[in-house]
Amino acid sequence: MLRIRNLDVAYGPVAVLRRVSLHVNPGEVVAIVGANGAGKTTLLNTVTGLVRARAGEIALRGRDVSRLPTEETVALGCSLVPEGRQVFASMSVRDNLLMGAHVQLRRGRRDEVRADLERVLGLFPVLRARERQLAGTLSGGEQQMLAMGRALMARPALLMLDEPSMGLAPLVMKDILATVSRIAAEGCTVLLVEQNARSALKIADRGYVLETGRIVLEGTSEELLANRDVQRAYLGRDVDPESEART
Amino acid sequence: MTTTPPAYWQPEVECMEREELAQLQLERLEATLSRVRRHVPFYRKSFDEAGFDADEVRSADDLRRLPFTEKRDLMEAYPYGLFAVPLRDVVRLHATGGTGGAAIVMGYTRNDIRTWSNLMARMLVAGGVTRDDVVQITFDYGLFTGAFGVHQGAERLGASVIPIGSGNTKRQVKIMQDYRTTALVSTPSYALHLAETMSEMGLAANAFSLRRALLGGEPWSEALRKRVEDQLHVTATCNYALSEVMGPGIAGECLERDGLHVAEDQFLVEIVDPLTLEPVRPGSRGELVLTTLAKEAFPLVRYRTRELTSLVPEPCPCGRTSVRLRPVEVRTDDLLVVKGVNVYPSQVEAVLRSVQGTEPNFEIVVERPRDLDEATVLVEVSESVFFDEMRRQAEFRERLKKRLASELGVTFEVKLVEKKTLERIEGKGPGNVRDRRTR
Repeated sequence: MLRIRNLDVAYGPVAVLRRVSLHVNPGEVVAIVGANGAGKTTLLNTVTGLVRARAGEIALRGRDVSRLPTEETVALGCSLVPEGRQVFASMSVRDNLLMGAHVQLRRGRRDEVRADLERVLGLFPVLRARERQLAGTLSGGEQQMLAMGRALMARPALLMLDEPSMGLAPLVMKDILATVSRIAAEGCTVLLVEQNARSALKIADRGYVLETGRIVLEGTSEELLANRDVQRAYLGRDVDPESEART
Repeated sequence: MTTTPPAYWQPEVECMEREELAQLQLERLEATLSRVRRHVPFYRKSFDEAGFDADEVRSADDLRRLPFTEKRDLMEAYPYGLFAVPLRDVVRLHATGGTGGAAIVMGYTRNDIRTWSNLMARMLVAGGVTRDDVVQITFDYGLFTGAFGVHQGAERLGASVIPIGSGNTKRQVKIMQDYRTTALVSTPSYALHLAETMSEMGLAANAFSLRRALLGGEPWSEALRKRVEDQLHVTATCNYALSEVMGPGIAGECLERDGLHVAEDQFLVEIVDPLTLEPVRPGSRGELVLTTLAKEAFPLVRYRTRELTSLVPEPCPCGRTSVRLRPVEVRTDDLLVVKGVNVYPSQVEAVLRSVQGTEPNFEIVVERPRDLDEATVLVEVSESVFFDEMRRQAEFRERLKKRLASELGVTFEVKLVEKKTLERIEGKGPGNVRDRRTR
């Protein structure tokens, strides 16, 4: 689905990503975990073409997208749910969702868009209940769902989520991640960037650990969760072997 | 109703498309280089000295710009100098033979153990072992990686493991009979010794339940396989193990028995000319160099194994997509260049064994009295040969000389000496080399 090889990204003289290589197989949920400033958001923004790579290859469904403008990458089936939701506050929930369908609408697929809207509202019942409400009046969790629904309206083959749980209460976060699992179960491939490593890895098949712009670990979620470095750095605990043996 | 046992343990990696595998190898190589540079001072130093920027790696080929890691580097790091994780993350320690400065200590994290178990389970399944098998492990349990490595894999697979360990051959045979062992894990020579013991005990091998033998830990030959298969009535597969790199589980034969499948998602294989250290032509013989791709505690970058092998280029009919290694027949440790010809002591040993019909003890002496190399093999022979008529002694010597010349492509003088006159180096086997040439 997505294959990245040796991606170098710099903001001016400052290298942000150093020869990052990763892949996402169709149907997989892949998590990228790492601390603040590791380059996770930059990575997603580079895939969508919002940031240009200095070197490296990005292949989306076999096509090189490293030089494509963002709208063409989206048209190829890659949608990004940005960090901090960024819904259109002064527009209704319904209009926000329709904004996500602009690629489809431009292709004149009104019927499909109507069906997609139904599907997304089905996936997020809370959005159906607030369909006419202004997006700015939604809670943080609801806005996150709206942002995800909006991305799904573009019928992505690959859905990229940037910190979907940021700033949300634990219960809401759980809900959001459960929805991500459901989206994946319906066949959408997911690339998930999260600071909350444990939650992300729990719903992911595989993961990568990004540290100061470099990938230092690749593995199944199970392997990464069992890695002591990951536990110390990202799971917020210094491991007590005895408590671990008991779990 | 019987169900067909699975042909693969981890088909998603064992049968992975080559292109996908290349991507995975690149990702893991880059991650490994980032980790060792960060956590292992030895690699940081060796990269710096070589002027190598790990961030500049763009493909597995770039690995060639890196210095090799030698066995002595591992010895100098004794005991924990090359660990990439703190000791508290290590759940197991193994070591190679020798004590103090001559030993190498390997650490494994919990993930390493899990990976290792899966790798060994792959090799067992490839060799035809299923969860219904009763597996008798005759390697030495202890610091040595062999027994524990196979043990974990067999348990992971779900087979019934008999952790009998080494020695006490009569008891081994008795247990093999009583427990109805179906798969034997041993060295080739011990498998033959078991067969011999069976016949000494008046037991016929075909009365046993044994059907598979997974062999490893010694130089290999097809003749050896045939003898084990004939004498024990089993299908024998060859496995490659190297403790420093992991233990068993690195490469093993499938039932096609035509080369050992390398676990390429875990190990990057290079074959280099042992003299120039440049890559050999595809398919040619050279020294095996391994880089670990996912090991956490004890990663190795470009480790020179000192073992000679070649790659089988064609895909295997079994469906696994990994490259295959030819079984290792000789090691490069004592590579000698005599009159410009590469000679390995193990080649000399093979000739002596075939002519003498017994395990030889011998010494190779190379001198350069004037400008030319002169090579001599000193061979211990039994008293009967030694006190034989001069004429017959000379004939025997001539026969050895001719065989050596035709097998090695270089002339050796042959001297016969009495038993127990040659020094044996502990743990090194026969074939002492004395190179007296001034360099």
